[in-house]
Amino acid sequence: MKNMSIAAMIGLFFTALYFLMALFAPLIAPYGMAEVVGDVWEPSSSEFLLGTDSIGRDLLTRLIYGGRTTIFIATMATILSFTLGSVLGFFAAVSGGWVDQAISRFVDLIMSIPSLIFALVVLSVMPTTTFILILLMGLLDSTRVYRLARAVAVDITVMDYVEAARLRGEKIGWIIFHETLPNALSPLVAEMGLRFIFMALFISTLSFLGLGVQPPLADWGGIVKENKEGINYGIQAALYPAYAIVTLCISINLVADWILNRTTSLKGGRG
Amino acid sequence: MSDKLLKVRGLKISARIYPSGQRPCDIAIVHGVDFDVEGGKVLGFIGESGAGKSTIGLAAMAYGRGGVEITDGKVHFNGRDILQSGIRDVRKLRGGEVTYVSQSAAASFNPAKKIMEQVTEAAIFQGKFTRKEAEDRAVSLFAKLGLPDPESIGNRYPHQVSGGQLQRCMTALALCPKPDLVVFDEPTTALDVTTQIDVLAAIKEAIRDTGVAALYITHDLAVVAQVSDHIMVLQQGAMVEYGTTDQIINNPQEEYTRALVSVRSIQHKEKQPTEKPLLKVENITARYRGTNFDVLKDVNVELHPGQTLAIVGESGSGKSTLARVITGLLPPSEGSITFDGRILSPDLPTRRLEDLRELQMIYQMADTAMNPRQIVSTIIGRPLEFYFGLKGAEKQKRIQELLEEIELGDGFQNRYPAELSGGQKQRVCIARALAAKPKLIICDEVTSALDPLVADGILKLLLNLQKVEDVAYLFITHDLATVKAIADSIVVMYQGEVVRCGTKSQVLAPPFDDYTDLLLSSVPKMKLSWLEETIAHRKMESGGN
Repeated sequence: MKNMSIAAMIGLFFTALYFLMALFAPLIAPYGMAEVVGDVWEPSSSEFLLGTDSIGRDLLTRLIYGGRTTIFIATMATILSFTLGSVLGFFAAVSGGWVDQAISRFVDLIMSIPSLIFALVVLSVMPTTTFILILLMGLLDSTRVYRLARAVAVDITVMDYVEAARLRGEKIGWIIFHETLPNALSPLVAEMGLRFIFMALFISTLSFLGLGVQPPLADWGGIVKENKEGINYGIQAALYPAYAIVTLCISINLVADWILNRTTSLKGGRG
Repeated sequence: MSDKLLKVRGLKISARIYPSGQRPCDIAIVHGVDFDVEGGKVLGFIGESGAGKSTIGLAAMAYGRGGVEITDGKVHFNGRDILQSGIRDVRKLRGGEVTYVSQSAAASFNPAKKIMEQVTEAAIFQGKFTRKEAEDRAVSLFAKLGLPDPESIGNRYPHQVSGGQLQRCMTALALCPKPDLVVFDEPTTALDVTTQIDVLAAIKEAIRDTGVAALYITHDLAVVAQVSDHIMVLQQGAMVEYGTTDQIINNPQEEYTRALVSVRSIQHKEKQPTEKPLLKVENITARYRGTNFDVLKDVNVELHPGQTLAIVGESGSGKSTLARVITGLLPPSEGSITFDGRILSPDLPTRRLEDLRELQMIYQMADTAMNPRQIVSTIIGRPLEFYFGLKGAEKQKRIQELLEEIELGDGFQNRYPAELSGGQKQRVCIARALAAKPKLIICDEVTSALDPLVADGILKLLLNLQKVEDVAYLFITHDLATVKAIADSIVVMYQGEVVRCGTKSQVLAPPFDDYTDLLLSSVPKMKLSWLEETIAHRKMESGGN
């Protein structure tokens, strides 16, 4: 912690701020999430710090609750995509042969369909609940993680220490979790930061298009959508959630960079 | 020519290191070295890795590689102080007056450009020759260096010539701009002995004919003795001894030099074959998947319990493939392997756990043979846990015993491989193999990545362990000195076939077949005129035929 760069500190500060706000949203928010408390698009005042939204709800409250939804969905989807993608990727790399071919070609197939269009098609027939959203985003994104995990693991599985483990008679579980994973951690952690950001952007996009989080539940993309008409009248309401998305993305990236720096300097770690 | 071409005084070089969790700091890697090179003379640098020999060589070009910086001292070249010169002057020097030949020609040539273009580049860039002149000069150098087809070889790409030829092309590259000094940085280390002798002879002849001076850097004293006029012995960035080649080889003054000269003096009395072999490889033929070429052709090998069988051959002879077949990584297309009286399954996944345990392997590169994220006690402890189910204190005790057996004391259990030296790493790999209580250990070039003195230590350790544990070694190597030191019986392989086999005394005694003769006579000897004598002997023989 001592020799942390300023960029990392800024990143960590904002990331922590957003996550804490998401965690304690009901305690921090001045009003109820869906409570209509004022006029349409009131300017900021001591009563409403950021003004009100298109139907008179307090915008700050909406932002805090919105952050909660966005971060929750992005986090869960990232965890899902990472667990699935990296385990499958390692499994494919360690197994090799037709197992690798079968999984890789299936992943190629999924990746050949643009993920936004894929998601829109699925969401148009499935109920848009939070669970379905997380599942869909996690599954779609795990293909990208799979690609990276497999590429990294293929490099590692040809190392002599993996061969030594095979000669010892080790099972595939040991080879994946004890020989491969610790050496693949650095690139995966970096990718995790990036993926989280993509998830946040993805859920915001879906909500903006009206297929993501459904009202009255708030999320940042949804708030932009609700207030986008205001921009025509010079109302800032739609921009605040946009700022939030940008600052969250940048600060997570800074944190990921920092973690990457720390892990690569571990003893004998690969870059 | 008695004027000093290169004059180096009090050269100090330091490197910036970045220890984790601490501030970057500078450490001195060369502590004040003085030397002179006269025009047309060759100065050899010898020392182990980390002795600073390459760094000193590059300093002659006023260059520090990576984070290396020349901190003090004077380097006078042709009367100019090149450390004080501006970058423009240094640029004229590099590639014009001083040129460089690196260890790995394959990694140094640009694979996308033809050889001729790269050989003439510096000469044309420096304005020493026109393109036409440079190309003519290159062709004459190719001829002088004994490259086949000197007229047209320049039109090939680097991957279209062999390793030894490429190294000679690189020598041509260095000589093309008519430099005053060439820095040879381990030019033959990556080559097979049979190729090394030709390249060495070519380099020596080219140096003599062009009258260029040279710095010749290597860790092999026998090699440097063939080409140098003077030799400087370095250890950890400081000079140990300096003298004429004759004096260093025949009358070394310092303890360290004496150790270098007498390296590989291990004596091992061969054991006689027993009744029943431990390992019997019969009629093995093998090829890699997707190829139509047999890497091993009808190979037969026998190894007796508690003995050492050395498999010798140059790269591409199939010796490592044989190890892969025995371990089950590459199932053979024909033939069988009998181990301790039972037939081994050809394929690794179907082998019994007992077979896996009794047949262990040690690798050439200890760096990549250990997981960099595991500490030593995990690396050695895993086989104990895996094969014998040892846990807790019992396991720790056994790990400690094994560490003592490989002559590493306390304080190694919690280290990561990156915190060990090359020799210590290889020792830990040996301990890992021993932990399984094997009957046979396959040693694949285990000493070839190590410095000679460290390698000697490893060989002694292996011999001692053989006495204590009664384990057999299948020792794969290209180094005949190693073979003489430790083998009981020898198999010579060439292009996938066994050309000669038997006990050590049988194999190393005449009459020889052609290949074994070539292999044995190519091993550099610590003798001044070895190179000339061998080449002359070969010319005479081929003339007689």
